[in-house]
Amino acid sequence: MVEIVLNSTRRARVLGWLQPHRVVLIVIALAIVLACAFFLRWDWLPKYAGLAAQGIWRTIWLLVVTSALGLALAIPLGLWQAAGPRWLGIPAKMFCTIIRGTPLLLQLWLLYFGLGSLFPQYPWIRQSFLWPYLRDAWPYAVLSLTISYAGYEGEVMRGAFAGVPRGQLEAARAFGMSRAKMFRRIWLPQALHRALPTLAGETVLQLQATPLVATITMVDIYSVASRVRQETFITYEPLLLLAVVYLVITGILVFGFRKLEARIPKRLG
Amino acid sequence: MGSDLNDILVSLFGSSTLELLALDPPGRGTFLLWGFVNSIGIALGAFGLGVVIGIGGAYGKLYGGPILRDLLEVYTTLLRAVPGLVWILLLYFAGSDLVNQVLTAFNRPAIDINGIAAGIVVLGLVQGAYSTEVLRGAILAIPQGQIEAARAYGMSPGLLLRRITLPAMLPFAIPGLANLWLIATKDTALLAIVGVNELTQVTRTAGGATKAYFTFFIAAGAMYLALTLVSEFVLARLERRVRRGMPAMTGGH
Repeated sequence: MVEIVLNSTRRARVLGWLQPHRVVLIVIALAIVLACAFFLRWDWLPKYAGLAAQGIWRTIWLLVVTSALGLALAIPLGLWQAAGPRWLGIPAKMFCTIIRGTPLLLQLWLLYFGLGSLFPQYPWIRQSFLWPYLRDAWPYAVLSLTISYAGYEGEVMRGAFAGVPRGQLEAARAFGMSRAKMFRRIWLPQALHRALPTLAGETVLQLQATPLVATITMVDIYSVASRVRQETFITYEPLLLLAVVYLVITGILVFGFRKLEARIPKRLG
Repeated sequence: MGSDLNDILVSLFGSSTLELLALDPPGRGTFLLWGFVNSIGIALGAFGLGVVIGIGGAYGKLYGGPILRDLLEVYTTLLRAVPGLVWILLLYFAGSDLVNQVLTAFNRPAIDINGIAAGIVVLGLVQGAYSTEVLRGAILAIPQGQIEAARAYGMSPGLLLRRITLPAMLPFAIPGLANLWLIATKDTALLAIVGVNELTQVTRTAGGATKAYFTFFIAAGAMYLALTLVSEFVLARLERRVRRGMPAMTGGH
């Protein structure tokens, strides 16, 4: 181990990692992958490739849109809890507690089935320009995933805002910054930096929450796999491929967040 | 004013829907309560199985040979990187297939796998991956001299685990395990997708039959929330108890 630490060139690190037993394990893993490729049925793949690509796109779109909107909501939620007046802080805390205390699937179904059965009762909603969208499933999916992300991240941002050292804010005030400028230049960037590792983990969890939208008829990659299963009676192959797709997206997310973290200088005041 | 409010409530929750929550037969309160009991049972079983797997996994990762350690790394990475929903489907189908193949091999008739038992096993495997990491960190946080001292006294590994490692790691493990318990209570809802009769599934059935979705979903939400809040209260007490005599946590927040 010692020479690996001392000799931390890339080549030495790779060689240090590649111990004999790992080579054997990698060979076994490759053998399993090859066996899956040759002995399982993949003939359905060409027929569903287009649909699968669409599903992957939907999943990623849903992840990006709901995480961005959720974070935008989470910043005021966190700020109100950390430093806001009580009449904003208490409702924000209640919102976070309720969202974090109930299953996402329940929230999703409450919105989709509940609102979905409520809206048609009102003629003015049916006549409004929003009606074509409200009949679709995706607004409910976006709404409930956004609310869920906001609820969890509101709690994270509360901690992050509260964790920024007081001296930083006092120095900003001493420089004569206005409250808005102080927030934009000092408080928010430092809080986001503190929250970044947690946000990375939470975004992976958000990815894992996206397949729930398949239960309200939205066609993401998960529902494509379910459809293959129902139409062809092939059970395992689509699910295995699905696992690989999520694994790859998770890998990209983790890598991306690590790069983002590395771009920000480590030392905080 | 009163009748206005009533109109709004009726339009929001469907007509006179609170009666639907009654425990007596026209109401469906009993179904909901049974679903809730099932959910709690599944969560308890999955969490317990997860902790058992976690203790084994943490020991393997810390003290096992290189191959075992790599295999456990693969287990924890895969289980945590692929959504629980996908694992539930994969293991649910694969597991029931496997059991039935074994049964036919022994010339026994195939059986329907009990959804609740299967749910406990599947969620337990997912929980096990997370609690392996939590417990590994907790064992590493024990002052290692305590473990060395116990070895020096000639304690057997089992006794060492029971008397030293488990109690000493508990203060470090409780926050992580508490989190996992809260996740377990909510992850039981995922089993609704394979048709297990837990709270969310029962709620959806009741809502679909009566069209009073809001009433039932809000009632179920209140049950989950109550479970979470009670758990948080109990776990905070528990944490204070296992941390007694230790210096106060000096968190930044």
